[in-house]
Amino acid sequence: MTRRAICPPGSGHFAATVGAALAAMAVLLVGFTALAAELPVLTGRVVDNAGIIDAATEAALTRKLADFEAKSSDQIVVATVPSLDGEEIEPYANRLFRAWKLGQAGEDNGVLLLVANNDRKMRIEVGYGLEGTLTDLHTRLIIENDMVPAFRAGDFSGGIAKAVDDMVMVLQGNPEELEARGTRNPADSNSVDPIVALFIIVWAMLFLGGLAMAFLPPIFGTKLSPGVYKWLGMTFRYGQRSGCYGQRSGSASSGGVWTTGTGSGWSSGRSGGGWSSGGGGGGFSGGGGSSGGGGSSGSW
Amino acid sequence: MLAQRLSSPFFFRNLPALLMMTIVLPLLAGCGYNTIPTAEESAKAAWSQVLNQYQRRADLIPNLVETVKGYAAHEKDTLDAVVEARAKATQVTVTPETLSDPEAVKRFQDSQAGLTSALSRLLAVVENYPDLKANQNFLALQAQLEGTENRIAVARRDYIEAVREYNLTLRTFPSVIWATLWFRGNQPFANFTIEEDKMQTPKVDFGTNTTQGG
Repeated sequence: MTRRAICPPGSGHFAATVGAALAAMAVLLVGFTALAAELPVLTGRVVDNAGIIDAATEAALTRKLADFEAKSSDQIVVATVPSLDGEEIEPYANRLFRAWKLGQAGEDNGVLLLVANNDRKMRIEVGYGLEGTLTDLHTRLIIENDMVPAFRAGDFSGGIAKAVDDMVMVLQGNPEELEARGTRNPADSNSVDPIVALFIIVWAMLFLGGLAMAFLPPIFGTKLSPGVYKWLGMTFRYGQRSGCYGQRSGSASSGGVWTTGTGSGWSSGRSGGGWSSGGGGGGFSGGGGSSGGGGSSGSW
Repeated sequence: MLAQRLSSPFFFRNLPALLMMTIVLPLLAGCGYNTIPTAEESAKAAWSQVLNQYQRRADLIPNLVETVKGYAAHEKDTLDAVVEARAKATQVTVTPETLSDPEAVKRFQDSQAGLTSALSRLLAVVENYPDLKANQNFLALQAQLEGTENRIAVARRDYIEAVREYNLTLRTFPSVIWATLWFRGNQPFANFTIEEDKMQTPKVDFGTNTTQGG
């Protein structure tokens, strides 16, 4: 290929080949995104893609669910889709639940209320962690008593609001456990503990800095005399005759080493802080929970 | 002090060993030495979840049979078939160690499929007993059974995916190098095949509000 690239007539072919390859990759990428776009995007606590919930109810539901998450850390999300595209609602709901990662990581305390408008089906998918509280029977009763009658009367907003009320009521039925879950997962639990971060940074600085100082100057530096190397404008001395630190002549260089060491350590510390706060910023997102197919489905 | 120790001759004499430990060992892990054991363990964990959910179904059945008996005692054949299928299904277990034996997995799958079909016959028979269908206990059991069937479906899907990944690591580059060098004893795991009753057209049911999970 390099030979072709060098000679002018061949380079056209080469460019064409590369262009074709890039086009093929682009097509593949578009294909993949098209496949991934099959699932709706998590835009908030109420994702009304079918457009069956009125604005007032949607706002009230969002507020109620946000309040409930602040108290208990349980993430309840209401989603409506126009169509399931021929898929059964159970695998679809499970896929959606896992894609959105509802519930806190490790706690798996998410609930997904999914309504497929054209298929006339609904499902309440319960995360692993809430299966014991919001049991299959509860979800079935909520679907049959709250949602089905209201949906048959065409009152989607009312049915969904009532179902959410009842789910919250069931989840609040065990107040001690709810409190415990809320305190286990405070609102911004996904940020790194600063003390732990500081410890790791200092440790990495000492370990990696020491390691680098130990063997990088002999490799990359210029050799001034046996055991003395110059690297990055600093002088390094090895061997037992004169230690790297503590010696009169080495004090300046060691000072240089340490200031650069701390400098790089702190700058990486800053970026670490930025990364951890980045996780909690922005709008609503799933906490990393998963579901194993708990809950039940119904149709109207 | 640390620096003095680092720059001591002892440190330099052991430098190759230290380099080995700090650079080569992480590289070894980075090269995928861990890939195969990791994939194997997650496949085994997924299998345990499959067993767990099938066990949950088996635990529900005695209660269900007792409840149905109270209303439909003369459906003895159907009830006996369920009890028998349950007994057969709980006898066949596949431990994670024998997952690479396709015969064992097939036997397990067949026994569970037998229980599935016996159960669906029982639930079809129940349609003829309105009193039973209105019974609170039966409703609770039915909801749990449906939920469990769905959980089984999810667990099986997860297992299929975990096995696919594990078998891939045994057969694809670069992890195949480790498979031939180190993990010669590792065999691909057997996966689920589609059961005959799943290949039939689904039954159409206009009678009830809830659909059968899984």
